[in-house]
Amino acid sequence: MKRATLAALGLATSFVMPAAAEDIKVGLLLPFSGVYAALGNEIEAGFNLALEQFGDETDATFEIVREDTEVKPPVALGKAKKMILQDDVDVIAGIVSSGVLGAVRDMVHGAGVPLIVANAGNDEATGADCSPFITRMSFSNSQINRPMGTWMHEQGIGKVYTLAPDYAAGRQMIDAFTASFTAAGGEVVGQEFTPFQKTQDFGPYLAQAKASGADAVYVFYAGGEAISFVKQYDSFGLKAELPLYGSGFLTSPLYVNAEGPAAEGVITALHYVPTIDSPANAAFADAFTAANGRVPSEFAVQGYDAARALIEATKTGASDRASLANALRSVKFEGPRGTLSIDPATNNVIQPIYVYETVAGDDGLTQKVLAQLPAEADPVNGCEMAPVSN
Amino acid sequence: MAHDLGFWTLQALNALQLSMLLFLLSIGLTVIFGLMHFVNLAHGSLYALGAYFAASLAAVGGYWMGFFLAPVAVAGVGVLLYSGLIKRMRKSGPMAQVLVTFGLIFAMLDLTRIFWGDLALAIEVPALLDGRLAFLGVEYPTYRLFIIALGLAIFTALAFVLGRTQIGAMIRAGVDNDAMAACLGINVERLFFIVFCFGCALAGLAGAVAAPLLSVTSDMGLQILIPTLIVIVIGGLGSLKGAVAGSLIYGFVQTFGAVLAPQLASVLIYALLAAVLVIKPVGLFPAKG
Repeated sequence: MKRATLAALGLATSFVMPAAAEDIKVGLLLPFSGVYAALGNEIEAGFNLALEQFGDETDATFEIVREDTEVKPPVALGKAKKMILQDDVDVIAGIVSSGVLGAVRDMVHGAGVPLIVANAGNDEATGADCSPFITRMSFSNSQINRPMGTWMHEQGIGKVYTLAPDYAAGRQMIDAFTASFTAAGGEVVGQEFTPFQKTQDFGPYLAQAKASGADAVYVFYAGGEAISFVKQYDSFGLKAELPLYGSGFLTSPLYVNAEGPAAEGVITALHYVPTIDSPANAAFADAFTAANGRVPSEFAVQGYDAARALIEATKTGASDRASLANALRSVKFEGPRGTLSIDPATNNVIQPIYVYETVAGDDGLTQKVLAQLPAEADPVNGCEMAPVSN
Repeated sequence: MAHDLGFWTLQALNALQLSMLLFLLSIGLTVIFGLMHFVNLAHGSLYALGAYFAASLAAVGGYWMGFFLAPVAVAGVGVLLYSGLIKRMRKSGPMAQVLVTFGLIFAMLDLTRIFWGDLALAIEVPALLDGRLAFLGVEYPTYRLFIIALGLAIFTALAFVLGRTQIGAMIRAGVDNDAMAACLGINVERLFFIVFCFGCALAGLAGAVAAPLLSVTSDMGLQILIPTLIVIVIGGLGSLKGAVAGSLIYGFVQTFGAVLAPQLASVLIYALLAAVLVIKPVGLFPAKG
């Protein structure tokens, strides 16, 4: 009975295209419950949109198997095993949390199943732990923050105070910023890492930032912490004397409206904002807004481009695990974020970074792009990988 | 780092503000425990529920509607909980109670997700409390001062009701010896019911008050549960004085820990908890009896 219900659910949720030459089975491994459920849904919406828009460009058809990681590494590993051994998928896409990515890394690497990472930004995944089977279409933590250090110093900011949650991503983001900011000649006058998901009141840290004598504050926070932080920063009246900068997740379109006017004037850097002025982005943003009733976030575009990369890979004739993994390493296309390509040395995406200011628009808050910083490949960070074979 | 007096005043106010927020939560939990010997781990979920009700009501009728009605709505949920679950669990021992209310946490977490979605909500601070006030030589957000004042007002009112009125005497009698209180003609069961609903309302109020300061997310109840439990364990289960002392200790240790020893910020309070449990296992100000 239970199995029958599960099978029926699986049928109902799978995305079946009309039968054609190559049928590719895609495992979508995302959190649909737990703290990152909103991100999982956003990535899936983007993924399905790309299949709709570009599915006709390839002869291959796609069958989707969808599994919930619950943001728990052991659960995700079990689901990945099920996809690889039982469903016999050709490719896996998704993964929001870096913890989950770390848990499934050896499994997909050992089984030789290509994995398209649609969020998890841990530097190690395309550094020391890189794999020819893991291609990242989202971002790496340091990729987003590195150009911002140089840019902020160019804007005449000499002294910065940094804040971030005390976990791997928080440290990688801030370390990348600090390295490029100090290399450009800036000075970090204070740095604090707040207990991750245990800090409700940022008051003590804000008072320290204020007393530090910095010209600006640079932070990384995401989700609920980002909302609390931005609102509390504004409530202390710091925004006027101590401008707030950060990694762009701080004011993601996904939750910036919950921050309200407190987010106005905050300047951050991210690999995507919905207001990028290009035909590719207009086509994406309009279709996404029409289908979902909200503007797409960076998470939606990551899902969208993950599906896009898969379609591009199948266009080369790749259809099994090995050939797909190989083809994914050389995809290159023009997407909503600009020109995307994969760095063959690390399998991380190479993409431009956008500096944007959150401003009041006609319809709630919107993003004003201040600068587009050129695309740069990450340093290899200890990644040793065989070159793409042809 | 050299800091002036203003810096320390600011941090003291931060500590006081955090203490008062925790006080609103822990007082409900501790009174329920003291009177009913019932550990309600779902108290944090009621706080989250209060925040969600406040967010929904604020979207319709502004902040103050959420502020006044959210506690009432959460008390309503308390009535349902009491008649549906708690009443049955009264005699079944602490382990079963802990398990049931622990399960409730996850049920309520997913219910809030189903009703309100996965995205965080927010409430704007009302215009009256927006901005900052010059206070003791520092500029401090008015809303935070409001939380401090509210906490002090609730404390004074509770101290008065518990210490100086007839219902307070009945509650204290029930806490000390419920069988004897029942013999003297006090309807202890009804008293329990009233106190439970009032505790729920206070949790709802705490949620409504915290919502504009933080973000309203489905896991906020889980996040606040541990600090609340620490407060009542340090202060002493079941006592009003203990809840105040525990809240103040938690608020100040957390805030000044973050300033003076940031590397230890998340450990300090647990170390203190362990020390209290070793030296004085009943808490600093245990309830009499």
